[in-house]
Amino acid sequence: MRMWRRRPSPGRLVLWVLFLGALAISARRFAFGLGSVTHLSDRFPWGLWVAVDVLGGVALAAGGFTMAAAVYVLHNERYRPLVRPAVVTGFLGYVLVIAALLVDLGRPYRIWHPVIMWNPHSVMFEVAWCVLLYTLVLALEFGQMVLERLGRLTMLRLTRLAMPPLVVAGVILSMLHQSSLGTLFLIVPGKLHPLWYTPLLPVFFFVSALAVGPAMVLVESFLSSRALKRELELPLLRDLARISFVILSIYLGLKVTDLTARGAWTHALTPSVEGRLFAAELLLGVVIPLVLLATNGGPGASRHVLAATLVVLGVLLNRLNVAITGMLAGSHATYVPAWTEVVVTLGITSAGILAYLWVAEHLPVFPQRKHATL
Amino acid sequence: MAVRLNRRQFLQLAAAAGAGVTVLSAAPPVAARAGWATGTAAAAILIDIARCIGCRSCEAACKAYHNFPQGEARDLSPTAWTYVRTIALQSPRPHLNLGDGGAGRRTFKVQCMHCLTPACASACPVAALQKTPQGPVVYDASRCIGCRYCMVACPFQVPRFEWRSPLPRITKCNMCAERQQRRELPACVEACPVGALQFGLRPALLAEAARRISADPRYVPAIFGAEEAGGTSVLYISDVPFEELGFPVVVCEPLPAYTWRVLGKLPGIVLTLGALLTAVEALARRRNTLPPPGGAA
Ligand code: SF4
Ligand code: SF4
Ligand code: SF4
Repeated sequence: MRMWRRRPSPGRLVLWVLFLGALAISARRFAFGLGSVTHLSDRFPWGLWVAVDVLGGVALAAGGFTMAAAVYVLHNERYRPLVRPAVVTGFLGYVLVIAALLVDLGRPYRIWHPVIMWNPHSVMFEVAWCVLLYTLVLALEFGQMVLERLGRLTMLRLTRLAMPPLVVAGVILSMLHQSSLGTLFLIVPGKLHPLWYTPLLPVFFFVSALAVGPAMVLVESFLSSRALKRELELPLLRDLARISFVILSIYLGLKVTDLTARGAWTHALTPSVEGRLFAAELLLGVVIPLVLLATNGGPGASRHVLAATLVVLGVLLNRLNVAITGMLAGSHATYVPAWTEVVVTLGITSAGILAYLWVAEHLPVFPQRKHATL
Repeated sequence: MAVRLNRRQFLQLAAAAGAGVTVLSAAPPVAARAGWATGTAAAAILIDIARCIGCRSCEAACKAYHNFPQGEARDLSPTAWTYVRTIALQSPRPHLNLGDGGAGRRTFKVQCMHCLTPACASACPVAALQKTPQGPVVYDASRCIGCRYCMVACPFQVPRFEWRSPLPRITKCNMCAERQQRRELPACVEACPVGALQFGLRPALLAEAARRISADPRYVPAIFGAEEAGGTSVLYISDVPFEELGFPVVVCEPLPAYTWRVLGKLPGIVLTLGALLTAVEALARRRNTLPPPGGAA
């Protein structure tokens, strides 16, 4: 089922322009340094790219591991039709995170250094290894689609045997570094605002990634059904929403307990920038989606899609808050992303969408007819 | 800020330090496990803010030694590994060396604190930053990937980055490690004309700091760096409270401990998860194969 388009749609044109813009800005960065395209500074060395492209990107790619876990570990066959789209986004997500790192790192050509230069005391070291290994696992899963498309069936059967252990490894790796991204910030007790600084940071990063996994799959299924004119798997999507609901409730419970135990509520209720953005993160990303999912919205899926979208935005805002809002005051710095930083972030996201659409059109991602078990 | 002690408590603590039972004997196991210097045999620098006359000789000497362009610096930078900060006092008090002439302000040198358990070194994924047993925290540019986690982690906001370079490095004071190896003093210490800077072994400097404080009631009874961030190899004493001089408030626990608490649990977590998930997978597969239908993967 190939859709050759003679002319790209206006939507895709915009995506291409953003992507090319990001490329041009990256070129400038490699010629004149990070200072020429960012508003980063010695007191504020991590900005939009780390917050959204890396922390956000990794969290949003969590759909890959939650769906793979459901099907290959829990053998819950109902979700099989969703595994491939989720793996594709997971894989593309990680490739994009690495692409973003290549722009953000001072010496990108040394990105492999952690492989041979060890510092097991560093959270960043652990993150590096997890991202590397997990991307490999995702690449193998992704490779299955390529093999199928190319008709290499013997190879395909062979690799399929390796799936359960690979997925187990992938799930562990993914869980580890989802939480490690939170652990990264445990070393800055003096800088990160008490609304976000808690020993539970790794737990919060992990649980929110669990919640956003199914939500992201839901949003993607909806968007791609629009873009590719496919039917929606409605009952499945409702299930996803239900899973997200359960995990979100756990998240909210943990958050409330943590804030109470640390006596941090006063910060949340003050009219500071931190307080407002914290409230926004919790209300928009957690409370409202919970309410939406708890109430019955008729036969359609629009309410679920809206709730899932809010969860996705809420997790992004949370990562932004931890990495930027929460770090500003303690660092005695000012930071507003430069427009060039924004364009690179948008461009990388655009590249992801374009790649997803291409893959969806050219590889057997979505179940055609029935899912053909070879 | 340093734990505020009254003078008697402080002197007791200082006496203990002098006796060689350093404040750091209580250093947490993290430091020991990591093999980081725990301070007894490591070099340190004592900075006496009460004596500093703000001549900027140290700043100039550092620049001269490292071939950086001369000129007064306002902040640390890739070409200013140290600089002299000036703080106007709210209530003027006579200066130890300058008397009433210098009563309105205090000056002091700022640089990397060479923490005993450095957050920067623990953060660096490729061990480009390392605490040497001799005392200095040194940087190996050939390992660095430029992730800047060291900058995020440092509680004193010391590491600087070459933002305008296509292939940037991290930069900071290295305590003149290579001069120390030749048994020379750090360039800045050598240059100080009034003895506001002193180089030596850390326990000896702690004792010297305590001696000065007990000999002259004008000193504030606190040593900045004795416990901050788990203790540092650069120590400050002052006749003006450190709060008033704008010193950062830094937790006393070594910062790497915060992450190590989680990282140390990882091997256990990985093994448990691996076993658990494998078991769940096997169980789920059996459950699925018992009633014939269901997907055969
Ligand atoms: S002051 Fe900062 S840069 Fe210097 S050793 Fe300590 S953590 Fe590292
Ligand atoms: S920027 Fe360089 S020195 Fe700093 S943590 Fe990253 S790799 Fe290590
Ligand atoms: S110890 Fe050496 S590098 Fe550090 S400030 Fe002094 S002269 Fe400069």
